[in-house]
This record gives sequence, structure tokens and C-alpha cells, in this order.
Amino acid sequence: MSKTTKTGKAETAPCPDAPGAHPGGGGGPGTGGRLRAACTAICMVALVILAWGCNSEVSSRPISLAGSTSVQPFAEKLAEIYMHEHPTCRIDVQGGGSSAGIYAAEHGAADLGASSRELVSKEKNLTEIPIAYDGIAIIVHPANPLTDISVEEIRQIFIGAVTNWQAFGLPAHAIDLITREEGSGTREAFEHLVMAKHEITPTAMVQDSNGSVREIVAGDPYSIGYISAGLVDDRVKALAINGVLPTAENIKNHTYKLRRRFLLVSLTPPTGRCKDFTDFILSPKGQKILENEGLVGVQ
Amino acid sequence: MQREKFIERVLLLLALSSITSLVLITFFIFWEGFPLILHTGLKNFIATAHWAPTKGHFGILAMIISSLLVTLGAMVLGVPLGLSCAIVLAEFSPQPLKLVLKPTLELLAGIPSVVYGFLGVVWLVPLIRNHLGGPGLSLLAAAVILGIMILPTVISISIDALSAVPDIYREGSIALGATLWQTVRRVVLPAASSGIITAIILGMGRAIGETMAVIMVAGNALQIPTSILEPVRTLTSNIALELGYAAGRHREALFATGIVLFIIIMILNLSATLITRRR
Repeated sequence: MSKTTKTGKAETAPCPDAPGAHPGGGGGPGTGGRLRAACTAICMVALVILAWGCNSEVSSRPISLAGSTSVQPFAEKLAEIYMHEHPTCRIDVQGGGSSAGIYAAEHGAADLGASSRELVSKEKNLTEIPIAYDGIAIIVHPANPLTDISVEEIRQIFIGAVTNWQAFGLPAHAIDLITREEGSGTREAFEHLVMAKHEITPTAMVQDSNGSVREIVAGDPYSIGYISAGLVDDRVKALAINGVLPTAENIKNHTYKLRRRFLLVSLTPPTGRCKDFTDFILSPKGQKILENEGLVGVQ
Repeated sequence: MQREKFIERVLLLLALSSITSLVLITFFIFWEGFPLILHTGLKNFIATAHWAPTKGHFGILAMIISSLLVTLGAMVLGVPLGLSCAIVLAEFSPQPLKLVLKPTLELLAGIPSVVYGFLGVVWLVPLIRNHLGGPGLSLLAAAVILGIMILPTVISISIDALSAVPDIYREGSIALGATLWQTVRRVVLPAASSGIITAIILGMGRAIGETMAVIMVAGNALQIPTSILEPVRTLTSNIALELGYAAGRHREALFATGIVLFIIIMILNLSATLITRRR
């Protein structure tokens, strides 16, 4: 479905002829007996195209989902449960980053693209399916007396303009800044929501997962970092932004500002098996799975 | 005779296949990374320190400097320790002690680097943070961990070099009235020097190439450090940290980082070979 590319559209014509069973076998012989070679060629083309396209009728072909590394673990979880319920269906989940996922969906390399950022105007022709909300929590060590911070203050810290806790009325000590690596979806969202085109200072320490950022903040009383709100636990303290804490409720009703949507995108509205899978994600059961994993549902 | 020839051919083929894979890896790294160096220019790539690959800045100077500093630190800590350990084991310790200590030291080499890194994170990093200041994840932490990691390499190759010095040298020196220490310092060490230098250079290669443990304890910040308590990012960490998400130019830039690393390690190994051959 989402996958039918330019060439795909032109040549999927044989596809309806070959619905149930393995496609090429049905389509080929029907085309006629005159030029065996040509027939075989068409047959092969049809087979290849069907093999690439997400065609609901072809049960053996896996659905491919690629994109945001922030969405990936949740997508894997959903796919695992969906595949358990539909043993004949396979879903391949890959990372690559939001932009790569959108690009893949647009060009037919994946049936569904996963994005943790909003689509920009030139991508608006794609179908977007919001599946969940995720907050980005600003975390500090539990011993840090700070409880509230503004977006502007966070930006000043991450630009490198404010480097000492003294600026917040705390005892003087350098701020240990922790960020994520270039390419990370969480960093992308953080830069988009907080940094307003400014670059994160090169003196910031870099960790390559939400888990290790949390680990370091939990061990260093002078540190500050950001992680997905669903992953905050009692070893670190999430700061309120202008008095609003990153709770599920505040994220859902838009009062918590550092919030992003997780989207699935596809070239055309999903049909067949892909639709079945997205419906499953949006069903109460799918949403419950996401909420158990720490996200906030969209329904 | 036929059989002989056949086995010869098979062995040659096997030898060539391992060399071929090496050549292919080299070719691939250059193939993937070279376009980026052409794109940004060699000077911009290795002589600027602004690394923001998703925004089009590809300067790896900070990482080159950090890699060299971390390696230097590891040498400063690891070489005196390793060398004295090797001297004690080869020259001063009785046979039974040697039989216990040498295998134990070689066991150190078998510990996976992630374990060293983990120890660094839970033990060394808080120690540095609480007693010396800074965030703990630092150049110093990386240097200490690497200093320990290169010990087995330095020790075992140095021992081999010392043991290769013929006993006549030692006997001659002692017969002339020198003490044991004078013998070691004036006769054995100079005779074994090329082997010891090889040991140090191979240890250096291990330190500069180590990745996992360094990512865990070095903090990976993109700055040129001004103190040993500041976090740094090495060339290897840069590749491992970012390759997962990199695409397009960013990915090429990481391969280009690999080229720089490759050349540094080549220079080290080549100098090791030349030094051993000269003597």
C-alpha cells in the first residue's frame, strides 16, 4: 500500500489478477501464450513489484516500518504483540532516524515511516497517523533543590551561557551538562523544542541512550540532562517547566510544553494489513501497551 | 611430492584470503570516507574543531587532540608500571613466583573492555568527581582505565624481550663486579631496548584503538580539553557513538574519521616495525 512507488503504480496492474496466492504465478500464464518470454518478463516484474509493495493480500510479505529511534522500542513492542496475535504476519522494525523514516515512506523503501518530529510543509502530502505523545523531561539529581525552570533558562544552560548553579540561587558549582549524540531523535526533538536554532555547547557531555543519561544524572549531584518523560524514575528528579510537571495528564492536555508527537507516516492512507496494524496501535489495547511503556496515548 | 605441493597451495590461498579481507576493509573505509574529505577539504576536516554533522560542520581536531592526549595519559601511567613489572618478573623473581604471576597478568588481557569501562563508571568516576572535582567522566578517567588495559600487552612483550637477552651478558657483567640492578640497568635493558620499544608502541596502538571502555568513562564532550578533569571524545568513540543514526554526509564523515584513525595506527605500527628492524 503505502509503498507503491512511481513505477509501482504503473505496473501493479497485474496485481488484482493475482490476489490470493503467490502473485506472479497467477498473473503470468493469464496474459496469453504468444510471446512466452515477454510473458515471463511481465510475470517477473509483477512478482517483484508485489514483493516490494505492502499488499494486504500477500500474507507472506512483511510490513516494514522504519524511522525514529525514539519510536523504535515502542514499535518493536507493538509489532511483537501484533505478530503474536497474527502469526502469519511479519513486521520488520528498523531505526534510522525520523528524517530517514519519512524519506523511506515517501520513496517506498518502507511501508510505514516512524517520526518523532512534526512533518515539514514539503512532507505534508504524506498521510500521518499520530500514535502517542511523549514528553521530554529535564532531569537533575534528587539532591538538587531546584524544582522549577523555564524554557529560556534551559536554553541558556544548553547554549553554554549559564554554567554555574549559582545563577539559580544554589551554592556555586559548575553545571555538568549532559546531552544526546547527533542523530538521536530525542536530541532532535529537544533542539526543536528548546534550542530555537542555537547549537548545544560542545562542552556538554554526550551519552548515547536515555538510560545512560539517566545513569549519569543519578550519580552526579551537579548534572542536568534530558530524557523521554516515560523513562524518569525515582533516582532522578524531573523539573517542572514554568510550574508544570511532565505527568501523563499534563502532556496529554498540552500544558507541559516539551512535548512531541510520535507519528507513523505513509505515502497513501494505509490499506489491508498495514491498516490492520495501525488500527491495532490506535485500539484501546494498543494504546494501553504504549501507556504501559511510559508514553501518553492519543485516544 | 604432489601432496606437498597441494598443501602448499592451500596454505597460500588461506594466507591470501586473510590479506585480501584486510585490503578490502581498507579499501571500503577509504571508499566510504574519502568523498567527505574531498567535500569539506582536508584542512577543514582535520584542522577545525567544530563538529555538528547534521548541520554541515565536520571538524575533528578536538577528537584528534583528545585521542592523542588520552593515549599519552595511558602511556604515562601504564608504561612505568608495565615495564617495572616486566623487569621484576624477568630478572628478579624466583621461578615459582614467575609461574604464578605471568599467567595471572595474561588473564588481564582476556577481560572484555566493557568490564573495564563498567568498573570505571561505578568506581573510578565517582572517585574523581568526589575528590578531584569536575564531572568525573574525564580525560583522566579514560587515561587511567586505558593505562590498566595496556598493561598485559606491555608486560608480556617486554618480558619476552628481556628473556631473549643471552645469559652470557648477565654473567659477564656480574663477573666484572656489577650488582644485579647495575646489570639490569646497564646491560640487559639496553640489549632489550628494541623489544621494549615495540611493546610500548603496541600498547599505544591498543590504547588509541580502544572504544567501549573510553565511551563509558570519557564523557564524550566535543571540546579541546584544557584540564585533565574535563570530558573528551576520542576518534573511536565518535564513530561508535554516532554510527547508529548517521546517514549521508554524516555517515561519510564517520568513515573519514576512521581513515584518520587508520593512518595514525598505521604510522604507529610502521614505526614499531622499523625500530625492531634497525637493531
